[in-house]
Amino acid sequence: MSDSVKLMDVAIWRGDATGGAYEHFEVPAQESQTILDVVSWIQQNQDANLTYRYACRVGMCGSCAMMVNGTPRWTCRTHVKKVLDGNKLTVAPLRNLPVIKDLATDMDPFFDKWVEAEGVHHPSKTRDDAIELIDPKSSARVEANTGIECINCSICYAACDTVAGNTDYLGPAALQRSWTLYNDARDADKQGILDAVSGTGGCHNCHSQGSCAVHCPNDLNPMKAIAGLKRATAMSFLKNGR
Amino acid sequence: MKKTHRGHPLWFSYALHRASGLGLAVFLPFHFYILSMALTQPERLDYFLHFAENPLVKVAEFGLVFGLAIHMFGGLRVLAMEWLPWSDNQKTLAAAALAVSFLISVTFFLKAI
Ligand code: SF4
Ligand code: SF4
Ligand code: FES
Repeated sequence: MSDSVKLMDVAIWRGDATGGAYEHFEVPAQESQTILDVVSWIQQNQDANLTYRYACRVGMCGSCAMMVNGTPRWTCRTHVKKVLDGNKLTVAPLRNLPVIKDLATDMDPFFDKWVEAEGVHHPSKTRDDAIELIDPKSSARVEANTGIECINCSICYAACDTVAGNTDYLGPAALQRSWTLYNDARDADKQGILDAVSGTGGCHNCHSQGSCAVHCPNDLNPMKAIAGLKRATAMSFLKNGR
Repeated sequence: MKKTHRGHPLWFSYALHRASGLGLAVFLPFHFYILSMALTQPERLDYFLHFAENPLVKVAEFGLVFGLAIHMFGGLRVLAMEWLPWSDNQKTLAAAALAVSFLISVTFFLKAI
């Protein structure tokens, strides 16, 4: 390595569920370098014990999300150039989730809440029935389409202050999933969905700060979905008392 | 300020709504208590009314009117967001609520001095 290579000061959070601290590494800057490249470089060249998670490296799998300079990001799709603060980078495990080790969080609470929010398909037909024809132009389908590109990366969940303040809160991604299914003509348990999202951890906790929408790398808007659920649950309460 | 996940307009608008709400919640009991003196202790009320002529109090009143206005218009935005069909221009609406509140409170201030 020549002397002209610029070294970045990279602080990486090291530790586990019982606690930890930042450890500093000097990493050579390169052209077209992502945060994931930086983390991988450290693991390959400086400390083989560094634990982190990734799979696709192209923004498809949703497993590489971490806090980068205080903001949740897909590390594989974040260029160093875009976020470098002077010469410094800070990489930490995703907020609002328990840490397993170093940069890897336990995503179970996040996924469990998808199920809790009835974010699972409730079939209206069996395999023997004819396939239901869906009108792609119907307003419910158009609304459902706005949420289907979610890849469960938990960035919105990490950005949400309501999740931080209330561990029972289902969170933006799970609620957006419920809203998508609620608008899906093929879902057979709409009332079940509304019941699941109107409890103590439900959609009415959302303070509409919109951090979820600001940080979602897919430009989705869970805040909009949650506003939809708030309306739907309120209408259901006024009409049916639940 | 260091940028975190919070540094964006709608979070700011949320924080302003909370702060103005808390401010009003603290202010209103005093307000009603002092007004009630019109019935119970008119001389003390006169003292407070006189005190309200103080220029510093005028500045504080500007803050109060701003707080009332931003809490009302910000609250109307949130109500509309939650009860009316979705509209994508929430940032613009939040900025408009801020602008109108500022206009109202500055007008009030200029009339008061
Ligand atoms: S809504 Fe966006 S940020 Fe949230 S999990 Fe889905 S893709 Fe990730
Ligand atoms: S809009 Fe609601 S779900 Fe999204 S970050 Fe804010 S509180 Fe969380
Ligand atoms: S590694 Fe798959 S989204 Fe980043």
